[in-house]
Amino acid sequence: MAATDLHRTIEAVWRIESARVIAGLTRLTRDVGLAEDLGQEALLAALEQWPRTGVPENPGAWLTAIAKRRAIDLFRRNAVAGRKHEDLARDLAALEQTVPDLNSTLDDPIGDDLLRLVFISCHPILSTESRAALTLRLLGGLTTAEIARAFLTPEPTIAQRIVRAKRTLAEKHVPFEVPRGPELAARLSSVLEVIYLIFNEGYSATAGDDLIRPTLCEDARRLGRILAELTPQEPEVHGLVALMEIQASRAHARVGPTGEPILLLDQDRTLWDHVLVRRGLAALQRAEELGGGLGPYALQAAIAACHAHARTAAETDWHRIAALYDALAQLMPSPVVELNRAVAVSMAFGPEAGLELLEALAGEPLLKTYHLLPAVRGDLLTKLDRLEEARAEFERAATLTQNARERSLLLDRARACAPGSAPS
Amino acid sequence: MRFMAIVKATKDSEREGALPDPQLMADMNKFTDELVKAGVLLAYEGLHPSSKGARVHFSGKNRTVTDGPFAETKELVAGFSILQVKSLEEAIEWVKRSPNCEAGESEVEIRQVFEPEDFASAFSGEDIQQEKQLRAQLADQAAKK
Repeated sequence: MAATDLHRTIEAVWRIESARVIAGLTRLTRDVGLAEDLGQEALLAALEQWPRTGVPENPGAWLTAIAKRRAIDLFRRNAVAGRKHEDLARDLAALEQTVPDLNSTLDDPIGDDLLRLVFISCHPILSTESRAALTLRLLGGLTTAEIARAFLTPEPTIAQRIVRAKRTLAEKHVPFEVPRGPELAARLSSVLEVIYLIFNEGYSATAGDDLIRPTLCEDARRLGRILAELTPQEPEVHGLVALMEIQASRAHARVGPTGEPILLLDQDRTLWDHVLVRRGLAALQRAEELGGGLGPYALQAAIAACHAHARTAAETDWHRIAALYDALAQLMPSPVVELNRAVAVSMAFGPEAGLELLEALAGEPLLKTYHLLPAVRGDLLTKLDRLEEARAEFERAATLTQNARERSLLLDRARACAPGSAPS
Repeated sequence: MRFMAIVKATKDSEREGALPDPQLMADMNKFTDELVKAGVLLAYEGLHPSSKGARVHFSGKNRTVTDGPFAETKELVAGFSILQVKSLEEAIEWVKRSPNCEAGESEVEIRQVFEPEDFASAFSGEDIQQEKQLRAQLADQAAKK
């Protein structure tokens, strides 16, 4: 096997095994930072030895065994250096006795550890960016360099972020456990937020960006799928998976030939990846079958599914979308949701109905500088032939946007409203 | 990136009416489960023995149909799965973990699936469009079933 192939093979093995290895080590050492460092040492050992010995038959067990040996050495050194306390003695005994039972079919102790690792990496005590970096590192198997490129951030910044995150978790003695009872919902929400943040970072990548950026969407989708198998009873996890798969299905239709973004309603739907749509719909079905009503991610997925079901924009079931936005607005009240709801209502019930909803948003401070609010109002006024008012709205929207292309489009629409101009 | 793992046939998989070894079935299910839990499995199917199949041979404008079974067992396809991974090496590592069907000799071939971008240089925009429309139609029909 050529040297480069072997290196890629070892990288591939690391991607497959690392999360479980680190999870198991975290349980043994009770320190996720230490577990990750030990994992890295095991990886280095693999890079040194496997070119000679070949990839072992059970690479996960090999990596764990090496890491454990290093942990035992480390604890012995600490004990000898006088930093002995009952914890260390107990840890040492536990490490020396425990045999990793990687073939256990009874419970899924490794699955449990993996889930604990998910929750600790996404702990709300860390900033969202730290959670994202740590999750991609521990669960995604990405290198610091890869994470840095993916987030358009300097590598030392990411490295520092990860170091500080691990230190915070240690200092605050964050327990390595799956949260229970009422705490679970909030903690799970924190996990889903991180996964969706990673997805959106990839989704926002534009042509000409580093190619690693759109692969963040694949990383996020894979993390979502893994989580769905670890917590199959959680409908919002399936909801998030559904939302990501359906959004990802539009990847090739979202950007025009000159790199300009294409709005959903203007996209060429033959370019949507229908395998991903089907996977998304299947995940949404799992969420629905669990009962208890749809949460925010599942509702957003259901809205995306409405678009996915319509072969053309004209066939969109706007009544259903409006109803879903009603439900979403109750669970996740936000001016942006209200705005989207107004658009859906206007498509389903006419522009007047949409304008009524927009009235309520007129004084909303969060939307003061949001160009889409006057843009949508301008659009509805145009449909009602109230052109003078529409023109004012489009001009106002044009002053609020930073994007030059967006601004010229809005000014075009304003000009089209002027008396005596050709019908748009 | 996506890869198809093509499971080649064996004497046992080609035998008519043969029921698979229950232990092997259990092992395969466990392995499939691992792929699902790792978030890498996109699709998979098993195929009936070639005795239930047929071949269409193309020679210019001529078409000749031959009924199965077919002799060259090792070249026949018994099943496939589609994996979403980051490299060929990762697809290989996953496939190596599969239990050995028939506990003797067997083979799995791994091939990379074309993505739309791969076609960009070879075909015109129009060809890509047509291909996508066809896929959409197929998906439509499948959804209606």
